[in-house]
Amino acid sequence: MGGSAPSGRATEPTLNGFDDVVASSGVIIVCGSGGVGKTTTAAAIALGAAERRASRVLVLTIDPAKRLADALGLKAVGNEASRVTLGPVAKGELSIAMLDTSASWDDLVRANAPDASTADKILVNPLYRNITQRFVQSHDYIAMERLYELRAAGDYDLIVIDTPPSRHALDFLDAPSRMSDFFSSTLLKWITLPYRIGGERAGRLGYLASRPFYQIADRILGSDFLRDIAEFFLLFQSMYDGFVQRADAVSALLREPTTTFVVVSTLEPAPLSEAEFFLNELERRKLSVGAMVLNRTLPPVFSDAGAIASARQLAQERVGGADRSGAGAGAASGELARARKAVGETFLRFASIAGSQTSQELRLARHPDVVLRVPLMDRPIVDLDALTGVVEHLWSEEAATRSTGRHTDSRSADLMTRKKPGTASS
Amino acid sequence: MVNALLDRRLLLITGKGGVGKSTVAAALGWIAAAQGKRVLLCEFEPKGDLAFALGGVGPRNQEPLRFVPREVHPGLWAMAMDPDESLKEYLRLNLRIPFVTRIGALSGVFDFLANAAPGVREIVTIGKVAFEAKQRAYDLVVVDATATGHILGQLRAPQAINELVGAGLIRSQTSWILEILGDPDVTGLVITSTLEEMPVTESLALLHDVDTKTNVHTACIVANRILPAPFTVAGERVFRGMRTDASRLGLTDTRMAEAIVRGVALTEDLRRQRTEQLARLVAGVGRIPVALVPELFDVAAGLPMTRDVASQLRDELGL
Repeated sequence: MGGSAPSGRATEPTLNGFDDVVASSGVIIVCGSGGVGKTTTAAAIALGAAERRASRVLVLTIDPAKRLADALGLKAVGNEASRVTLGPVAKGELSIAMLDTSASWDDLVRANAPDASTADKILVNPLYRNITQRFVQSHDYIAMERLYELRAAGDYDLIVIDTPPSRHALDFLDAPSRMSDFFSSTLLKWITLPYRIGGERAGRLGYLASRPFYQIADRILGSDFLRDIAEFFLLFQSMYDGFVQRADAVSALLREPTTTFVVVSTLEPAPLSEAEFFLNELERRKLSVGAMVLNRTLPPVFSDAGAIASARQLAQERVGGADRSGAGAGAASGELARARKAVGETFLRFASIAGSQTSQELRLARHPDVVLRVPLMDRPIVDLDALTGVVEHLWSEEAATRSTGRHTDSRSADLMTRKKPGTASS
Repeated sequence: MVNALLDRRLLLITGKGGVGKSTVAAALGWIAAAQGKRVLLCEFEPKGDLAFALGGVGPRNQEPLRFVPREVHPGLWAMAMDPDESLKEYLRLNLRIPFVTRIGALSGVFDFLANAAPGVREIVTIGKVAFEAKQRAYDLVVVDATATGHILGQLRAPQAINELVGAGLIRSQTSWILEILGDPDVTGLVITSTLEEMPVTESLALLHDVDTKTNVHTACIVANRILPAPFTVAGERVFRGMRTDASRLGLTDTRMAEAIVRGVALTEDLRRQRTEQLARLVAGVGRIPVALVPELFDVAAGLPMTRDVASQLRDELGL
């Protein structure tokens, strides 16, 4: 893979650098802390790529909002991809698939077990589900594994994947190597050793069982459970070669130059520090960061000095209580005065959030070349139309500008810079 | 009638990522400490959010919390969960083998227990806080627990161990842990949610799963970041008029007036969405109380935010 550049390169005008990032990517991995809008951003990137370039795009999502999933025609369960119906102007194709962890593990076992009967034994083992749910960051691993599988099949020019809500931000990057380490560890050999020895040498079991390792493990877990675990790992070990090979291939895919990371954050302290941590780690691992998306920013009007001054003036207006007693015009104007004051007060409240967003952004010590701003929208992103609104922001010129004082002039063109209404949700 | 929230001994705070779990956990601990209780706060996923909520300049600039609790404010101790340390402590207390990790051959057992034996990590994590609640060295243990996606696995760990493990020390520990977790006078789950589709959906799903798959009781729901209604009903009508004719705002600069009205209209749309989600949340939780915490506009994140949320929760829950 990697050789096939998506067709349509350089046919689109480059607006803000993001189009180039998308054009040169075969895989885009969207990461960021929980609740910042990763899923929506991944879906919007995929939609934009499919609309704007003649390429086959897949978005692989972990846990989409139900209404968005429904709107995109995603089937409820299973790994199967479904085609999203796009408008007539779309140049490419978009498919969507959801990661089904259990089904993916089962597929992986079937593909790597030496024979069907070993696969069946593993699949019915009581520990299997339990372990694949928890162990070696199995969700993280299987997401990357599934990505590799889809990439290798070659049905798509671009795959956009939404990363799992990881306990530790970068577990999913380490998952392949951890899996490979685990299978080659002496620990695994130890656990399974007594049970690998055949019947004629069973006498040695007694000797092994007297070793401190087994004594203590026995005391804590009980010998039955210990035997269950060992049997399971013994079965699992039959897949060793296939697994390690795969894990290494997955790691290699993540390091390919056409694999691009997009970091998403809102302008709040905790998600932003998580995003910076991501950027540092990605750089340390020499992985390629294509863009940073600042999601749900307030429109520039809330940072505009003139607008803030006007709002303050409205908020400070005196509202006479006596108007209520007067009939007709007097009452109406009292209501109007109160509404004006409320407009001013509400505006100032959000201006103070915009102020802290700006100071958060200014404190960003590092960011990639392409920083995109997607403003807060006035409706939830639960349909294709609203998603198109996000796409327009990702590919628009304004999206790439940093907020640093740029909009303090009240005469700037459009203080809302909104082309299409819509609210970023996750 | 079960114990009032802060009269329990173990509160587990969960919620989807980004909804304000750490702030709510810190705020509940803060209130209890102010009432003269000895409180232990424990962060299950030590990312620094809890330390930030307890004071400091930024999520990553904190002196990190450690497994050994530190008194961060009078009466308020804070610690970070570390499953390895917890397992060591457990083995030290139960097997009386303090040397377990120092002897080469035995460190293999340790790695095995910590990494490969299913359920051990979960049981030593939830077991540690249950143990603290049982020991009563603190009056109240407040846990900034894992997010909605992972908390169920932790709460279910004792049952899972029972199903998988027939005998052994780990198995023998499950009954008292289940007893602590299942007693509504002792343990309460607090689900925090913001008023957006996914957090509300996850909160309702979790509530259902906790009800049907664990013996833990949900004590309350915290609906975070409620937006105040700026207009009276009559005022809303006036504002609708402004949306079509911004000159009614009375500013000389009409374009400025339009921009301001559009800005406020956006915030009103946002508020309406949150109100709808709040209605969905309240309808879905049945009899479990829902505490409302407003969006705090002028408050810096960190300790100032924690103190404000604490005062909101105190009023809201009558603590």
